[in-house]
Amino acid sequence: MRYIPNTAAQQREMLATIGVDSIEDLLARVPARARLTRPLDLPAASAEPELIRHLRGLAAANADADAYVCFLGAGSYDHAIPSPIGHLISRGEFFTAYTPYQPEASQGTLRSIYEYQTIIAELTGMDVANASIYDGASALAEAVLMAHSVTERDQVVLSAGVNPLYRAVVETYVEGPALRLRTIPLGDGASDLAAARKAVSAKTAALVVQSPNFYGCLEDLAEAAEIAHAAGALLIAVVDPVNLGVLEPPGALGADIAVGEGQGLGVPMSFGGPSLGVFSAKQDLVRRMPGRLVGATVDLEGRRGYVLTLQTREQHIRREKATSNICTNVALCALMATIYTATLGKQGLVRVGELAAAKAHYAAERLTRIPGVRLRFGAPYFKEFALQLPKPPERVVQRLLRDRILAGVPLRQFDRTLKDSLLVAVTEKRTRDEIDAFADALGRAVA
Amino acid sequence: MANVPAELRYTREHEWAKAEGGRVRVGITAYAQEQLGDVVFVELPKTGAKLTHMQGFGVVESVKAVSDLFAPLDGAVAEVNEALRQAPELVNQDPYGKGWMIVITPSQPAQLDTLMTAKEYEAFVAGGGH
Repeated sequence: MRYIPNTAAQQREMLATIGVDSIEDLLARVPARARLTRPLDLPAASAEPELIRHLRGLAAANADADAYVCFLGAGSYDHAIPSPIGHLISRGEFFTAYTPYQPEASQGTLRSIYEYQTIIAELTGMDVANASIYDGASALAEAVLMAHSVTERDQVVLSAGVNPLYRAVVETYVEGPALRLRTIPLGDGASDLAAARKAVSAKTAALVVQSPNFYGCLEDLAEAAEIAHAAGALLIAVVDPVNLGVLEPPGALGADIAVGEGQGLGVPMSFGGPSLGVFSAKQDLVRRMPGRLVGATVDLEGRRGYVLTLQTREQHIRREKATSNICTNVALCALMATIYTATLGKQGLVRVGELAAAKAHYAAERLTRIPGVRLRFGAPYFKEFALQLPKPPERVVQRLLRDRILAGVPLRQFDRTLKDSLLVAVTEKRTRDEIDAFADALGRAVA
Repeated sequence: MANVPAELRYTREHEWAKAEGGRVRVGITAYAQEQLGDVVFVELPKTGAKLTHMQGFGVVESVKAVSDLFAPLDGAVAEVNEALRQAPELVNQDPYGKGWMIVITPSQPAQLDTLMTAKEYEAFVAGGGH
């Protein structure tokens, strides 16, 4: 197939129009040594069946969660994905690269986003949720900018329990407005809130706490909220909405902004993305929120309809004074989350949380029976925990690949003091047999 | 022609300014609110915020447009009309009264005299207002 659709005659016409003789003339300024003088070293074109066989072979070399038993977490989780999701999102009305927001053309799309926002607001216990942002990391970074704009303060205090990858994105975002970040350490797995009390001051825009935190431990969000509010700062809570069937919603604990990664709500891990940035806030902050927002209204005949609302926050109207430069959402992933929660229902979501927590605690109990293996932290955890191993976690992970087990995430890459630790996540999907086999394999690997 | 009270001073951005002892009360003109249509939201600064002559101090949002509000003179915000948070329609109903926006403690009170008089503002609006 040719990918340059214009003909030789059209090329001559274009060259004549701009007044050069040949395409070569356009490249004359590129130094000769920077130019390739031979054809690209690519294999010959394949026939379609041959190409598919080749690509399948490459894909089979991946250790994915379908072929392996997955205990990976650290922000992306192997929760079960009900089959209606795949069927419904593949409908042509939804499955488009572009989200049509025009109300006259897109009532179905807008309604699905409105339902998504409602679900997120109910799960987080917040008043209002936006139409979604790219991922958990960008949602947190936007929340930090929002807190700065609301409070007109320049310092942000982050718990060391916040996902280090989110923190890296926050660091990039705050470079422009020159915000200062301060970190409060962990105690025995949970944030040292006494340190937070000292760090948060009248200069602090927000205190950021993730619960469960990156290491799986539960945080005292209520106390964090009290600390933030006493200094006139906001509490930004980072949560995983799939846990909120069981865990107390951040809104009920005093969070002003609640953000997080919604991948667990029916979105495949897909080697890290696309995922779902969840963003919610209290009503009085709505005009400072980033991103798209769908509202319900009535038309001239009193019928219910859906439209983008409060667009005056956005950059196509407010230009440089917009609350954010996000002017889209991840509509298909948000739709997955909507169908997921609707499919599971209230009891289903509670069951997912209860099973994940119970299985994680069973796994921890089994694994720590292995000599030399123990929990790294003493703080209560939910569905994920850090294990201290008697052998280097990187080697243990390699060894367990042979048993077709993805054992977890070695923590040295995030914190050198945790170089002996492995982060293990257990979802409702794991069976007792899988957990027992994991414990047996780990026992052999560290023996 | 919209109402242009003779005792006030005016900016080219359609704010009015009224001397009140040592302070200056500010709002937008009847002509401005007519052009904007129904005002749905007014964003105002905090008390104590510093203001610079003809720099933005807030935002007024109507069903038709979003517009910046400009400070008629240098100074600090002494008072903010909190009523507008719940009732932005006061800007439409009573632009020179209950629809006021802020009170400024001016640092250069003489700047008031550089603003347009009612007569000048009327001519300015008659000429297109921008």
